[in-house]
Amino acid sequence: MNWIPDIFRRRKLYDDLSEEIRLHIEERTEQLMADGMSRHEAEQAARRAFGNRTLLEERSREVWQWPRLESIWADVRFALRQLRRSPGFTLAAIVTLALAIGANAVVFSVMNAFILRPLNVPHAESFFALQHGVGDVANQSYPDYLDLRDCNRGFDDLVAYNIVQSGLDAGGDPSTIWIEEASGNYFDALGLQPFLGHVFHAGDEHGPNSAPYIVLTYAYWHTHFQDDRGVVGRVVRLNKHPFTIIGVAPKDFRGTLLFFNPDVFVPIVNHPLLGANELSARGDRWVFEIMGHLRAGVTSAQAVADLNSIGASLERAYPKDEGKMTFVLTRPNLYGDFLGRPVRAFMTGLMLLAGLILLAACANLGSLFAARAADRSREVALRLALGAGRKRILRGVFTEAVLISLAGGAVGLTCSAVLLRALSAWQPFPRWPLHLAVNPDARVYGVAVLLALISGLLFGAVPVRQVLRTSPYEVVKSGSNRVAGRRMIARDLLLVVQIAICSVLVTSSMVAVRGLARSLRADFGFDVQNNLLAETDLIMAGYSPDRVPAMQKRMIDALQAMPGVESVGLTDSLPLGAGAGKSIVFTDNTTNLKPSSVVADAFVFNISPEYLRAAGTALLSGRAFTWQDDKSSPRVAVVNAEFARRVFGSMNNAIGRYYKMRDGTRVEVVGLAEDGKYGGLNEDPQPAMFLPILQSPSNSTILVVRSRRDPQLLAAAMRSELRQLDAGLPVFIETRDKPMAVLMFGPRMATVALGILGAMGGMLSITGIFGMAAYSVSKRLKELGIRVALGAGRKEVLRAALGRAVKLLALGSVAGLLLGILASRVLAFIVYQATPRDPFVLTGVVLAMALLGLLATWIPAQRALSIDPLVLLREE
Amino acid sequence: MTVSTPRDLFPGALEMMILESLRRQPAHGYALVQHIQQRSNNLLQVEEGSLYPALQRLLKSKLVKAEWGVSSTNRKVRTYQITAAGLRHLEEQISSFERMFEGIALVLNPGKAATS
Repeated sequence: MNWIPDIFRRRKLYDDLSEEIRLHIEERTEQLMADGMSRHEAEQAARRAFGNRTLLEERSREVWQWPRLESIWADVRFALRQLRRSPGFTLAAIVTLALAIGANAVVFSVMNAFILRPLNVPHAESFFALQHGVGDVANQSYPDYLDLRDCNRGFDDLVAYNIVQSGLDAGGDPSTIWIEEASGNYFDALGLQPFLGHVFHAGDEHGPNSAPYIVLTYAYWHTHFQDDRGVVGRVVRLNKHPFTIIGVAPKDFRGTLLFFNPDVFVPIVNHPLLGANELSARGDRWVFEIMGHLRAGVTSAQAVADLNSIGASLERAYPKDEGKMTFVLTRPNLYGDFLGRPVRAFMTGLMLLAGLILLAACANLGSLFAARAADRSREVALRLALGAGRKRILRGVFTEAVLISLAGGAVGLTCSAVLLRALSAWQPFPRWPLHLAVNPDARVYGVAVLLALISGLLFGAVPVRQVLRTSPYEVVKSGSNRVAGRRMIARDLLLVVQIAICSVLVTSSMVAVRGLARSLRADFGFDVQNNLLAETDLIMAGYSPDRVPAMQKRMIDALQAMPGVESVGLTDSLPLGAGAGKSIVFTDNTTNLKPSSVVADAFVFNISPEYLRAAGTALLSGRAFTWQDDKSSPRVAVVNAEFARRVFGSMNNAIGRYYKMRDGTRVEVVGLAEDGKYGGLNEDPQPAMFLPILQSPSNSTILVVRSRRDPQLLAAAMRSELRQLDAGLPVFIETRDKPMAVLMFGPRMATVALGILGAMGGMLSITGIFGMAAYSVSKRLKELGIRVALGAGRKEVLRAALGRAVKLLALGSVAGLLLGILASRVLAFIVYQATPRDPFVLTGVVLAMALLGLLATWIPAQRALSIDPLVLLREE
Repeated sequence: MTVSTPRDLFPGALEMMILESLRRQPAHGYALVQHIQQRSNNLLQVEEGSLYPALQRLLKSKLVKAEWGVSSTNRKVRTYQITAAGLRHLEEQISSFERMFEGIALVLNPGKAATS
């Protein structure tokens, strides 16, 4: 530790040393003078005898330094000075790199939040969810859950949860909240302690509706109860039934679905009160997901085998209710593979593209750096001649590059942090409590710094070859490095790479836009315009199931009577909204109603008679329902054309024929509706059946109102009408296109992301081409001036000045286009049915690159054309 | 940090000679140079300034200490003095140098015994 006081003494040491040396030389001088030399000669002789004073003094000083660290610090200071002297270059470089690193940081942070970060429960590595072996869904029935929980040997414990919405009355205004219904062992199995009060346990469950407890989430307690610690023990009403608040969940726990934030937790045995399914129905799969920790020492394969054997025995015991029952284990973060797979694919593709942007930025900066080094070849030559080592000079170059990249990385990271914070606070759909918690954490910062360093080393390495081969003699003699043909090629290659990357990005943006446009143009089977939706849940408002149909009719009549309303229909779920249910059907002559003889799995919509008219779904033949199709009349249905094709073989003559529902009921087809989209924008044609609501009642109620009135005014009028019917009824009104926003979210986000990346790639290309074109024009001004003086026309001047740049642009674009076509596999991850071979896309890309080239070379072209040879040749 | 004496003095030779000179008598830089050149009968041509990096190294390792003072000829001088640690270091260096010298001599002249 004895170097610490050395630092303070160093100044004095250096002064002492200088003084000492001065005195030495003086003494020698005096002695030589005493021997008879003149003062002048004596001084010269003394200095010569001493040796290289500067070098010796520096060597003496070095004894007290850490030379490597000191010289690195000197390099840094020098680099800073150099960078400050060319602010344009520095700014351009930092901004370019900030954009690229910022983009990578954002993408990586999202990937980190959704894919890389483990769930915030203890021992998340052994925590899995059960998913069906076939298809990507995980829903089960409650009796099946109980059997799986009790009979399995691979898991410590299995928990189940479901999500419902409910009306909460806490003494103030009634509001709707999102409830995660969890099995009694939920908190214990996950290993979570309450922040305040208690949680419910397995021992609290004594049968249906036996545990009226609520555990608030921390966030909800904070926002709606203002951190009031006295909330424990308070009694509130859910769907008009009393529940007791017993505690608050841990601080950052928002359930196990990464992007979904429920408000409270309630024991799942209360589901009949809140969701209206019975606990004992084995065929009713309303339980959202089952999860658990693997027992220590048990592998996934063993656990799956065990679960499959339980599934097989359940199949045998309950043949009517169970289909094929196999399992796979997945992660619950993104609901298994349902969202997990597409999200993973999308993020990987996006990460690749962001990496390409970084590469393009490095190529851009590399060529800028090379140009700069070429300009400073004189300085480099001088330093080499004075005795600097080439390694030292290279270290200076790399220091500059790393400084720029660290600065750019810092700026990019800051901007990306701001963007990510905004993204985390954003709620894409007001209807659902979805949040993207993508705030950056230590891993993201680390990766950003690493990327910055690597890019710095990458583009700093570009002028290395040039520096290493500088011959000081040549340079000092002729004033600049000879324009060797080979040197140009490295820079040209970089530009071609940059442009190729940019055109790949532009190609992918175009593909995304085309894909989105194609999805939107499809025929949905209902009208999106001129329709308002009023969504309510009568069970939430406390209506018992037998009072529901009457209330529904009253609501329909009240809204129908409003001026400007053409028709009002009611349905229990929306096509292309969330929550459309499906049901299996058999042909009429099937006697054995086993799962193997199912002929179709059709979407089911329970509708009022006016629905088809209100929604704009065309009736191809037959009739719609009337209010006479009720419980006492024969069972009827309206089916779509695809249903008729699958069940009856063809669309014609479907009217009047019969089919069997899951429980064997015979239903007559009275009407044929047009095909449409029900589950997703890009699905294959699906069968669907519409059932009259009086014959298959539903408590979930969505009123579809067809009207040409202004939506705002109409919504207000609707709200007041419904309030007159029942003041305590929570109603949610929106236009018909809003629920589809959930489905369009994916493609829209993909298009936005790709569009942004394409724009960034475009900007990088413009700067790259501009840089090259401007540089080449400015270097060759003299040559161009001579050409003009010798009589070259405008076209020839342009060709000479910009020919190379345009050639490279064309080469890069073609390369990028080919790459984009070859990489359609990768693009398909991001955009459904990506077809880069679409002629629209190809034309678009060519036009876009041509436009970029035009923009970039405009200014240098003007400069080249405005050359006045007289002015040029006069000044040197 | 190599000793950049133009002769083939092995590393450490200059320091050893400086320490020995200082052992006999404390001196300042100029006097040391004179002393070494005299004692070696001008066989060793040492660049005058090359002493100073060596002196700084010795100072840093605390083998000598330095003090400003006034010389006998009324000049301001920085006098160096050997320390106890310097003495010990010098003993070690001399004995190892003598061993090395003996070894080289044996190799060059196998029959002849080393003069001590």
